[in-house]
Amino acid sequence: MANKLLLEVVTPSRQVVNEEVDLATAPGADGVFGVMANHAPLLATMAIGEMHYEKDGKIVRLALSGGFCEVSNNRMTILAESAEPIEDIDVERALRAKERAEKRLQEAATAREDIDIARAQAALARALNRLKLAGHG
Amino acid sequence: MPSLKDIQLKIVGVKKTQQITKAMNMVAAAKLRGAQERMEEFRPYADKFANVMGELSGGANPSAFPLMAQREVKRSLLLVVTSDRGLCGAFNTNIINASEKYLQAEKEAGREPVIACIGKKGASYFKHTDYEIVHETIDCMGDVQMLTARQVGAELIRMFLAEDIDQVKLVYGRFINVAVQKPTFRPILPITSEGLSQGDKEAEAEEGPKATYIYEPAPEEILNQLMPMFVNVQILAAMLETVASEMAARMTSMDNATNACNDIINDLTLMFNKARQAAITGELMDIVGGAEALKG
Repeated sequence: MANKLLLEVVTPSRQVVNEEVDLATAPGADGVFGVMANHAPLLATMAIGEMHYEKDGKIVRLALSGGFCEVSNNRMTILAESAEPIEDIDVERALRAKERAEKRLQEAATAREDIDIARAQAALARALNRLKLAGHG
Repeated sequence: MPSLKDIQLKIVGVKKTQQITKAMNMVAAAKLRGAQERMEEFRPYADKFANVMGELSGGANPSAFPLMAQREVKRSLLLVVTSDRGLCGAFNTNIINASEKYLQAEKEAGREPVIACIGKKGASYFKHTDYEIVHETIDCMGDVQMLTARQVGAELIRMFLAEDIDQVKLVYGRFINVAVQKPTFRPILPITSEGLSQGDKEAEAEEGPKATYIYEPAPEEILNQLMPMFVNVQILAAMLETVASEMAARMTSMDNATNACNDIINDLTLMFNKARQAAITGELMDIVGGAEALKG
């Protein structure tokens, strides 16, 4: 097992991944990075984007949003705000979220001050990421 | 002595009550399972979060982070997490009593206590007191969402940063086991490195000395991003525990109610039988008396 890496992806509602993998690639806040076995200890924050991991030649892709990642002792733990395999992406929901966020941003532009622009932008980014990965963007 | 009809009606009434309490008991048992599962699924996330926070903040300088700022406490906020619904024994009352005691102590120490509520029961109680309620979120315990915790967390952080409040504590119904739930206090803001590193020590002993981490971005920046999230995580954990505790408390109290109904039904049945016997005896006496009189 010396050249495998234990990957854990945990969200507040469940553990999404718990597997030995060959390579994991994650969207860090400062850019995408890959982690293989025996990586030096690392602590990084995550951006909204795609992560994937490779196991026995197979690649699994996930939509990830926010959180952080810790690597130590051949173990990579990603604590994400949300994470789901791309097959599980709810396209309908993402589309609705996208429309809602766009509408809010538009309203914010027309003088309504009670709208949290940062939150709407984050929501839009999450929705777009999901749609892109699900092949609907 | 009540009439036969009255007793019978009463028995029917108690039986119906019993059906309801029994159903509530079973519903609570089913919901408890779900709530407990969610709580347990969340635990690794919360633990890991606390670990990493402990690691990061160990060397951090508190004055560099606004959320770690220790100020002289003038206004101290207590976030009371209760359930939305009643009929769960003394569960909410226990939390409220513990809060009252704490608030009283704060007052005596010369700080002005204010309140934020999650859950309807706490909110409706504190409305009738003199304490100022600065925030309330109700009807959210049926389906606990990260979003709710995030909103409450954002509000608390905003007030803390505006120096509107100087300290935040949280009280919730900690789930110890199905029979025991305990009101528990937990400091939220300012974030202290002592509070964080507690959970970390065991892990450290296991893994031996820590290697130096590569940080991306810089540790201060990571910490700045994680701190607000950590507040939310703690609030969410408290909510999940409170829901599980509520269900456990309801299950126990509804079970007690069902048993009490059984006792009442037994008593009433005894009373009914006695009354019926008395009526029959009375009638027999009449018949015998009549027959005697006819014999002359």
